[in-house]
Amino acid sequence: MQAEHKKHAELADRFNADEARVNWHDETLWFVRAKRDRQSHSLPEWEQLRETASQIKHHMLSHLADYLEEFERKAKANGVQVHWAADAEEHNRIVHGLLKSHGIDRMVKSKSMLTEECHLNDYLAKQGIEVIDSDLGERIVQLAKEMPSHIVLPCIHKKKEEIGDLFHEYLGTAEGESDPQVLTETARQHLRDVFITRKAALTGVNFAVAETGEMVVCTNEGNADMGAHLSSIHIASMGIEKIIPKRAHLGVFLRLLTRSATGQPITTYSSHFKSPRPGQEMHVVLVDNGRSRQLARPDFRNSLKCIRCGACMNTCPVYRRSGGHSYHHAISGPIGSILAPNLDMKDFADLPFASTLCGSCSNVCPVKIDIHNQLYKWRQELVKAGYTDRKKTLAMELMATTLSSSTKFKLAGKMGRLALKYVPFAVNNKLNPWYKGREMPAPPKESFGEWYKREHKAVKRKA
Amino acid sequence: MRVALFVPCYVDQFYPGAARASLVLLEKLGVEVVYPEGQTCCGQPMANSGYEHLTSGCNANFVANFSGFDYIVSPSGSCVLHIKDHLHVEKREEDAAQIRQGIYELTEFLTDVLQVEQLDARFPYKVGIHQSCHGQRGLGLSQMSELTAPSFSKPGKLLNMVKDIELIELDRVDECCGFGGTFCVAEEAVSVKMGKDRVADHVRHGAEYITGADLSCLMHLEGILKRNKSATKVIHIAEILNSH
Repeated sequence: MQAEHKKHAELADRFNADEARVNWHDETLWFVRAKRDRQSHSLPEWEQLRETASQIKHHMLSHLADYLEEFERKAKANGVQVHWAADAEEHNRIVHGLLKSHGIDRMVKSKSMLTEECHLNDYLAKQGIEVIDSDLGERIVQLAKEMPSHIVLPCIHKKKEEIGDLFHEYLGTAEGESDPQVLTETARQHLRDVFITRKAALTGVNFAVAETGEMVVCTNEGNADMGAHLSSIHIASMGIEKIIPKRAHLGVFLRLLTRSATGQPITTYSSHFKSPRPGQEMHVVLVDNGRSRQLARPDFRNSLKCIRCGACMNTCPVYRRSGGHSYHHAISGPIGSILAPNLDMKDFADLPFASTLCGSCSNVCPVKIDIHNQLYKWRQELVKAGYTDRKKTLAMELMATTLSSSTKFKLAGKMGRLALKYVPFAVNNKLNPWYKGREMPAPPKESFGEWYKREHKAVKRKA
Repeated sequence: MRVALFVPCYVDQFYPGAARASLVLLEKLGVEVVYPEGQTCCGQPMANSGYEHLTSGCNANFVANFSGFDYIVSPSGSCVLHIKDHLHVEKREEDAAQIRQGIYELTEFLTDVLQVEQLDARFPYKVGIHQSCHGQRGLGLSQMSELTAPSFSKPGKLLNMVKDIELIELDRVDECCGFGGTFCVAEEAVSVKMGKDRVADHVRHGAEYITGADLSCLMHLEGILKRNKSATKVIHIAEILNSH
């Protein structure tokens, strides 16, 4: 599934054509945000936990190469085979190579945003390998031939009736059946068969502990465990920033992760994978895919602290009202908008502008990434690199000239309160985007400056 | 104490009443207020659109107008935050630093510097407070709902000193209204939807007025209220604090 190459504003506009659905989407995610608030507000040490997590990640990023090498040594000593991938393509080739060497053409995969980022499913499909996603939400979007719209809640954009239709078509449920319990049971039976028959399982990695060489995978459904334990080859794909120095640090991150993500105190399954069971092969693919480049950008390196909890999406008032697909990237929402331009500045030049810079994302972030500041900084980078509309540049240049001199500003203001005439809300017509859903402010007879000059200076003040 | 009043460009042009109320209010509280007449804009409209490199003219003009005061006060949290974070002038960095440090949004100036504990004001209406993001999350005018920390509100504290006012509760205390500078036109659909939802929260709880410390948000909300022919109005907080 290739990302659609329409821009965020247009895709968001389309999403807003059905206002009732926007309301539903907004309220569903706001409910998750409220659950997160209840959990975080019940821990007096919450802000300290965030700060600690942020500092651990800061330390890790400053010593990334050392910790990666330590992890590699420990993992190898544990009997895990370690692979390094410079980019998405190399990652996909490594995974394919492993499957091919075992003569495997069917694989089960638990949640891994990295494999979405690498478009692994598409790649393997072209090589004739079938991949079944075992996370329920991911399975649903896979059946619908869509991208996940949220990193933690992949099918949050779908109503249960729509899921019922998909299950009717693909899994044989009765037409019109939308009872969540029936649908879930159907998925369980379907996936159980998949787990039992697949020899290869791919999982993501939430945390990789350098000290011990173990990998921690968090799921609510136990699907990573089911896949990995029944497989003869377990492949774990991880971004290189998923390293944490010590096992003890999990005591910080596991407390933050699911409280931030879904408002649960802890993930249902936090599974530690350390060494393969007898007869099994365990592989880990360490993927860079632009992460070193991001690490070298002082303004943006903090984005690599992300633990993929999705809290920034749930709180983002724009995300809730534009839907994950409007970001046309595997990782959507505020965090996606600061990660995606690192992968492709031209393709994702619109994303840092899909924000009001309200700052709520930075406040919920469990590792304290200054997301809204990075959105601001990406805007500067993108404009300087020329990925912007020429008309906008001209308007901005005119505006800057007008506003840099009080004479020009006052003249422009006098000409019918048009100080802001270069911001297009000066005319009441259908071509004016301001006027489409809003009235114009009524222009007063005189500006404050004019009033001050006339009245305030001449007459002694009354008050 | 010499205080300079900074009236943001769009407030000067569209909402002179809020600027007048700010001036009169400060004078009533015994402050000597100067209005530097060469002032224009903080530069934020360009900077937030990715054109911070075009703001040197605005910055130079700002420093030329606002150097040498004890404080600079403005009835706009957003513009104040922009100055605090981004005002730099190569040859006058010392003056710029002094301005960055000495600039205050009106309500925080009243609560933190003047330490106002009572006001002679009356406003017998039901009022909803719109927490503008840059003032709230940027300047810390009120506690943010995302954080685990004691609650406070500087605008709320001041409004509670006003006689006969009834402050309403909201379902979402600090959600963004969707103005967002050029976002309001570039992302028109989402911007309007966000504004509609904010307005609905206030109206649902019986607000006769929506007030706040930022007219940019209020201008956006007013546009939606008027389009819906709503009886609810917007009013800048300075006008309430200065009303009789």
